[in-house]
Amino acid sequence: MNPVLHPLTLVTFFPLLGVLVLLFMQSERKNALRWTALITSLITFGISMWLLAGFNAQNPDLQMVIDLPWIQVAGWNISYHMGVDGLSILLVLLTTFLTPISILSTWTAIEERVKDFMLFFLLLEVGMTGVFLAQDLFLFYIFWEFTLVPMYFLIGIWGGPQRMYAAIKFFLYTMAGSLLMLLAILWLGIYQGTFSVPELIAKGGIPADIQLWLFLAFAAAFAIKVPMWPLHSWLPDAHVEAPTAGSVILAGVLLKMGTYGFVRFNIPLFPEAAVKAAPWMALLAVIGIIYGAAVSYAQKDIKKLVAYSSVSHLGFVMLGLFALNPQGIQGGILQMVNHGLSTGALFLLVGMIYEQTHTRDFDVYGGLWKLTPIYGTLMLIVALSSMGLPGLNGFVGEFTILLGAFGSESIGSPWYAGLATIGVILAAVYMLYMFQKMFLGPEGSVVEEVKKHGHSIKDLNWREIVTLVPILVLIFWIGLYPKPFFALMAPTVDKLVAAVQAAAVAMH
Amino acid sequence: MTSTDLLSILPITVLVAWACVLLLVDVFTKKNKWLTPLLAAVGLCAALGISIAQSGNIYAGFKGMVVVDGFTAYLNILFAASGLAGIALAFDYNKRMGLDRGEYYVLLLFSISGMMLMAAATDLIVVFLALELLSIPLYVLAGFARPNPDSEEAALKYFLLGAFAGGFVVYGVALAFGATGSTSLGAILAAVNTGSADLTLLVIGAGLIIVGFGFKVAVVPFQMWTPDVYHGAPSAVTAFMAVGAKAAGFAALLRVFVAALPTLYQEIVPIMWVLAALTMIVGNIVAIAQSNIKRLLAYSSIAHAGYIFMSLVTFGQAEVAPDGVAAALFYLLAYAVTNFGAWGVVIALEKAEGKGLELDDYAGLGRKYPALAAAMAVFMLSFTGVPPTLGFVGKFFLFRTVLEAGFVGLALIGVLTSLISAYYYLRVLVVMYMRDGQPDVSRPVLLRLTTGLTAVGTVVLSIVSVPLFRWASQAVLRLF
Repeated sequence: MNPVLHPLTLVTFFPLLGVLVLLFMQSERKNALRWTALITSLITFGISMWLLAGFNAQNPDLQMVIDLPWIQVAGWNISYHMGVDGLSILLVLLTTFLTPISILSTWTAIEERVKDFMLFFLLLEVGMTGVFLAQDLFLFYIFWEFTLVPMYFLIGIWGGPQRMYAAIKFFLYTMAGSLLMLLAILWLGIYQGTFSVPELIAKGGIPADIQLWLFLAFAAAFAIKVPMWPLHSWLPDAHVEAPTAGSVILAGVLLKMGTYGFVRFNIPLFPEAAVKAAPWMALLAVIGIIYGAAVSYAQKDIKKLVAYSSVSHLGFVMLGLFALNPQGIQGGILQMVNHGLSTGALFLLVGMIYEQTHTRDFDVYGGLWKLTPIYGTLMLIVALSSMGLPGLNGFVGEFTILLGAFGSESIGSPWYAGLATIGVILAAVYMLYMFQKMFLGPEGSVVEEVKKHGHSIKDLNWREIVTLVPILVLIFWIGLYPKPFFALMAPTVDKLVAAVQAAAVAMH
Repeated sequence: MTSTDLLSILPITVLVAWACVLLLVDVFTKKNKWLTPLLAAVGLCAALGISIAQSGNIYAGFKGMVVVDGFTAYLNILFAASGLAGIALAFDYNKRMGLDRGEYYVLLLFSISGMMLMAAATDLIVVFLALELLSIPLYVLAGFARPNPDSEEAALKYFLLGAFAGGFVVYGVALAFGATGSTSLGAILAAVNTGSADLTLLVIGAGLIIVGFGFKVAVVPFQMWTPDVYHGAPSAVTAFMAVGAKAAGFAALLRVFVAALPTLYQEIVPIMWVLAALTMIVGNIVAIAQSNIKRLLAYSSIAHAGYIFMSLVTFGQAEVAPDGVAAALFYLLAYAVTNFGAWGVVIALEKAEGKGLELDDYAGLGRKYPALAAAMAVFMLSFTGVPPTLGFVGKFFLFRTVLEAGFVGLALIGVLTSLISAYYYLRVLVVMYMRDGQPDVSRPVLLRLTTGLTAVGTVVLSIVSVPLFRWASQAVLRLF
């Protein structure tokens, strides 16, 4: 097949076509620019649907593989190697799904430098999709690092008052971890003679002590990205300062690159080290769950609350992944998607009210329910989904994770899962607290404030509802009938778990 | 003189002869100021063409004192191309700054001929000759903006420290001669291997040579002159100097140590390790505090000298050294492309009397001149080593050889200092894109061409890097 028209190449690089078109458009024609970006991202979503149609869920291995020699000189063995399997298909879909939604959310929110915004957004999509599809470590690293650049600009140009600080902090934190990973990648390239992930997994045989170092170097990059406690301090800053669409993508997709990295690279490449590290990773995950939830409760800024709740939710994902059994990992991957949907929707909702009131301090809100019933209803559904109400998506993911963690041999103790359940309760506390403050009780001072300027707080308009409905559909779908989602990843996860278990047995 | 002798110095001869002709031409063309630079460019194109034609062949001339091999040809092409970029950047800049004197281009050609001689030198005496030939025109060029006191200070400082460094090199050569009875690299190697050499004396001589060239390529602790000279010299000169003099210095270091001293690897490698580590650390940390773009790029050039210096820790490991030298060559090229682009942007913003050089002057560039700002962003990211840029691929190659040679600690210092460097390179991006301002630039055609080509090259060549890799790794084959 023609490598350019290969589905994986197309889904990754199609947004570049949009970038090219945007480059030649006038920056004054804002609506034309928005439509161009939106249509590009919708076509990309269409391509990813085509990808899904051709995806064979029964096959545990990489599919639609494209493997072309790229840099094969001077002892290098680098290929343009892409493939999709059960671990990545959902995340690719999540990326292509959230990008058009985010672009739609900027329709009235971004008025300054629309052209640059759309350029960076589409470039970001290329990087993110590439991360989930690359099967060569060199190629992966290029996509991984590249995502930093557009996100840096998105925060730094269109962000809040502290945007420059937040943007640089985001860049430096992430790069610190990435550089350690780079050394580990180089080590693998030198001593295993290849950068191809499937080949490296098949080869194995890395001595246990070196494996641990390599595991830690990769983990440094991914743990910062997730972010795992105690490496999370860049996240609240980045989220609070980022424009709404940036927050959506940051929470929805960029953080998942970290958790995905663990399940794609750390666990299969260094299985013995992963088994050894599992209790420690679980410990950090549980601390993150409780810490994130507790700190969320203390926030007055809605965005900050959602940001810290991400630390908590991603703790669940990590707990599930390092249960190293099928339920844990499947729950972890599904929870990545769930968190992308729920938190993405939360940030969208926060952004929608912020556009009208220009404040995120929820003390000044109150009584919004009467003024904006549609907005209130949607917020309630999303908040319930985020706290894990049965019947909605969050419950399915968290329940499966806890099931996996309770029975996990690698973690070794049901206590971790037991403590994690506290996080579920705390999530209900801070989410409902926020909801109560914003929507119930007497009208807050912000309502007056807006009236003073001659406006009144308006309910959602059609464009905003259209932005949210696709996410809500998925929230209910996953909550009520998650089977097709699990079916996509089950064979791949089973194969991964079998490989790790074999390594664990060999260790003893 | 045989024909091989002539072939071995052909590009150098062409440049020197052409430079002499240009001296006369310049006297008789007082009105057409464009003629000298144009003819200088033609001469460089000729040298470039000869070097391209010569690559793949070996010409050893003058009883083995100079050789044109893959290594020489690679560097000659780099030097000639750098010269062309230097002319392109200087052409309008000199007019704007009132430096429009024809001898500028003549001096440039002389300096390049010295660099080419350096790349070809296989005898320590020729190394020294080349060092002087390339340096003296640069001293003059550094002071070209006289009576501007900054420029005069730069010239004097560069000259004094350069002469001092030259002294170290000569003394080192003398000791090496005393220890082995020869100044030819091959003879020194033979003397060490047969055991007829006084090793202590030779190691001291090698140390002095490192010191001398350490000054030239600006590694810590021999870097003190760099910020002042880079800052005081006219920007077009600095751009050329940062690439040309550095590449020539590394050419000498790489060839001398690889060809003559691999046997003394164990004794010498700790010096290399420490110098590389120090240079990366100090260069990057001090750069953080700079608010003047020329000084920032000066410290950045020190830091990059440290990265390239890392490749020298491989020089005695037969397995890794070819990759190490190839990585250094590749990095020099990546650095050259990025550097000329970045200085092009600096020149576009520079005003008379040293105005327009503060970082604050870049505020609002992203909005007012998006193409120029995007180019600068690419260069800064390439300096940092963020993919997809040449700087990233170069670092990947370098770090790999360092790890392959077993120096995990040095590689770790390398990546951590890259992280530090991200901080100050990003600051440039912050100012350009995230602050408002009314920058004022002059962008003549040649400058646009240079910044545009280098920006596109920085990205595209990082993706289509195979030909460059192949070229660099074939260039070093005959060195071993």
